[in-house]
Amino acid sequence: MLRIEHISKTFNPGTVNEKKAISELSLRLEKGDFVTIIGSNGAGKSTLLGAIAGSFFTDEGAIFLDGRDVTFQPEYQRSKSIGRLFQDPMRGSAPGMTIEENLALAAGSGGWFSHMTRADRARFRDRLALLEMGLEDRMRQSVGLLSGGQRQALTLLMATFNPPKLLLLDEHTAALDPGTAEKVLRITREVVEEHRITTLMVTHNMHQALSLGNRTLMMADGGIVLDVSGDERAGMTVEDLLARFKAGTGKALDNDRILLSE
Amino acid sequence: MSLDKLLSLGQTALELGLVNALTVLALFLRYSMLNLCDLSTDGCFTLGAAVGAVVAISGHPWLSIPAAMGAGLCSGFVTALLQTRLGVESLLAGIIVNTGLYSINIAVMGGASLLNMNKTDTVFTYMKELLKNSPLGSQFKLVVALIAVALVVAFLTFFLNTRLGLAIRATGNNPDMVRSSSINPVFTTTVGLCVSNAFTGLSGCLLGQMQKSMNIDIGSGMVTIALASLLIGATVLGRGGICRRALGMVAGAFIFRLVYTVALRFHIPAYMLKLVASVIVMLAISMPYLRQRWPELYRQLTHRPGKEGR
Repeated sequence: MLRIEHISKTFNPGTVNEKKAISELSLRLEKGDFVTIIGSNGAGKSTLLGAIAGSFFTDEGAIFLDGRDVTFQPEYQRSKSIGRLFQDPMRGSAPGMTIEENLALAAGSGGWFSHMTRADRARFRDRLALLEMGLEDRMRQSVGLLSGGQRQALTLLMATFNPPKLLLLDEHTAALDPGTAEKVLRITREVVEEHRITTLMVTHNMHQALSLGNRTLMMADGGIVLDVSGDERAGMTVEDLLARFKAGTGKALDNDRILLSE
Repeated sequence: MSLDKLLSLGQTALELGLVNALTVLALFLRYSMLNLCDLSTDGCFTLGAAVGAVVAISGHPWLSIPAAMGAGLCSGFVTALLQTRLGVESLLAGIIVNTGLYSINIAVMGGASLLNMNKTDTVFTYMKELLKNSPLGSQFKLVVALIAVALVVAFLTFFLNTRLGLAIRATGNNPDMVRSSSINPVFTTTVGLCVSNAFTGLSGCLLGQMQKSMNIDIGSGMVTIALASLLIGATVLGRGGICRRALGMVAGAFIFRLVYTVALRFHIPAYMLKLVASVIVMLAISMPYLRQRWPELYRQLTHRPGKEGR
């Protein structure tokens, strides 16, 4: 479904700020995989998601989505089959527009000159109700009035309104309070399971990394140092994971936001 | 002042206000919606006036309208091209196009810097002919301006609620979101600037034909005047749907013109108009900032240095 072959990316090449963010990375995801990614600061987790989404073109290597070479496809074209959420809840929706207008953009049905119909609104209302945040009764309010958690939930709904082939989640619950984070995570799980969306999720919560999905990657220095799935992963504890990381890289996992327990 | 005089003052303000409102609506589309301050407004306004005048003088008054709008659209396209494809900063792109347009405008006017339309058939003279025997006979200028504004407001209300319109608004409202979505910001910015500048061109065309003359300076300072009107309009009717806000822009243009016309009555010289516009824009933009800074400033001003370590 997603095939990444030997990609590398260096930011600011030839300057003092030169940073090799990803080097010679390869990865294969099967349809319906739910992969969690953990790693040290600056390991290249967000860069990997950016490369897949097309925020920049890679220096070397190739990326295939559903058998098609998308290495040089611009971001807005890739977005048709890729949904993406960032840590910052303000990034995914337009604050000066209403909830229904944001959803209309995400739904993207009809031609350029089509208007929102009553059927569209009914559809938006049903989907908003699934969030259990009361947003279905505030559809004509502007998104700027929502809380961070509500905005992130809305962004999730927008990103998955037309189920994408691939969902990229970049610590999308990290900036939310624990209660809201739990809720957004539950909705994420439901949406992903319902539509069997292939998902890549960066997290700083070690427990989450093992309990969610079917496969866990650990990254360090722009590469994948650990890739566990199946039975091996099922019996793993957070301690096992940390020990394996240290054995693999010779260093302890160093992430200033990492959560070792729930 | 007699009631008659007052009414005629109001009428002049209304006519000029409505024609200017077209430029304000154009600015509304790119400043309030796309969040771009296009400084090519002055040149584009003059371009519309020049093309409109030349086409009308050559005997095609009706054709002058689409011609002026088309010219404005092309100018908007060039501005968009500079900032989306050639990496020129948005403000600079406007200034560059504006400078270039000065030469183009004089070329359009055939090397002259003044065109006289005293004996030319224009959309206004056509309307005058049409309304000759109706009670609206003496209001032909107002009727033309009103029709144009109504059409543009209706169009904007329709357009900004289509999927394309929503995409344009999102581009201005949250560029981060648009960059990682399936909207191509290059496309939305280009369409927005083209449509917006077409209205600026229309505005210039109508002002030239209404005044029956146009000179190369007809558009100078227009961007500030339009911005002042926009800020007034946003204060009067800034919240709510697109239609309401667009009508607010028309109201803003009218209020600005009214203030100006009244000021003229009180013997403030006409050349002060642009200073008034500048001061309004300056105040409208700096007030929220100063209000926010005030507590800190106040504390600094009232701070009395205490005795050192007691």
